[in-house]
Amino acid sequence: MLDADFFRRWLTATAASVNREAERLTALDSAIGDADHGSNMQRGFTAVLAALEEEAPDTPGAVLTLAGRRLISTVGGASGPLYGTLLRRAGKALGETPEVSEKQLAEALRAGVDGVMALGGAAPGDKTMIDALVPAVDALADGFAAARAAAEGGAVATTPLQARKGRASYLGERSIGHQDPGATSSALLIAGLAEAAAGSSGE
Amino acid sequence: MSDEKRVGIVLVSHSAEVAASVAELAKGLAGGATAVPVAPAGGTEAGGLGTSAELISAAAASVDRGVGVALLTDLGSAVLTVKALLAEGGELPEGARLLDAPFVEGAVAAVVTAATGADLDTVEAAAVEAYSYRKA
Repeated sequence: MLDADFFRRWLTATAASVNREAERLTALDSAIGDADHGSNMQRGFTAVLAALEEEAPDTPGAVLTLAGRRLISTVGGASGPLYGTLLRRAGKALGETPEVSEKQLAEALRAGVDGVMALGGAAPGDKTMIDALVPAVDALADGFAAARAAAEGGAVATTPLQARKGRASYLGERSIGHQDPGATSSALLIAGLAEAAAGSSGE
Repeated sequence: MSDEKRVGIVLVSHSAEVAASVAELAKGLAGGATAVPVAPAGGTEAGGLGTSAELISAAAASVDRGVGVALLTDLGSAVLTVKALLAEGGELPEGARLLDAPFVEGAVAAVVTAATGADLDTVEAAAVEAYSYRKA
């Protein structure tokens, strides 16, 4: 079973990998976006860790809901409301129980991903974070390592796609050949699950 | 009509200058429209290009007279942030609504209509109708 501490470790591990990969995320975003994805995600996850420290939420649902709210209010780009909706929706789906199963986590993340698709209007194949998140959630039944591999595979598989959502879609065919920054950061988020399960806080 | 409460208008842009200028433009073209509460919410809190949920919430609260608040946005994160705040509940005033309207033309139509004392539905209809004006 997964308790609030697991979810704290998950977000702490994600914040660490976002810090580590921020330059790469921004470099990917400079190719097809507005070159702020790394710094936006860093600001958001730094604020999430500060809020978790300050408010010390004690259930899995409360951890994710708080994190989602902080991302919406601090990121400053489209990834704020998108990641915020993902975590907040998942947090609400988990309710107020002190411990949740991996199956409940998978169902909650599925609800979160559905919320992201409804908010942004993106579908699989549009070269967005959805292309990492959907395969990851599908693979969660086989464990966190499988989800991580699926998310990373999904992110890499965005490279040959043409963007159909967001600023990159204005580039048309010129968006082909670049890995999507949002799918790349989504893979970092999913990878954080395996790190949290390993009991490490990332770095 | 001067003591009537007006629908509040919030203009959300990636740029503080764009939001403030469109607010001035809309009020100017509405003949002053001093009775209409209009607030810009542009850029990030640090003054850069982007969207700030905090600035949007503060702007919406500042124009809320209890008869509804209409939010108009430019694109991308401005749209998504307002939608996420509306979905959250408690972040925006009761009766706040995102209008599906062009930013500049919709803002002018909304402010002009709100100045007549129209309700939120009428303000929304006027702003949305701005999409139907063809320029070429």
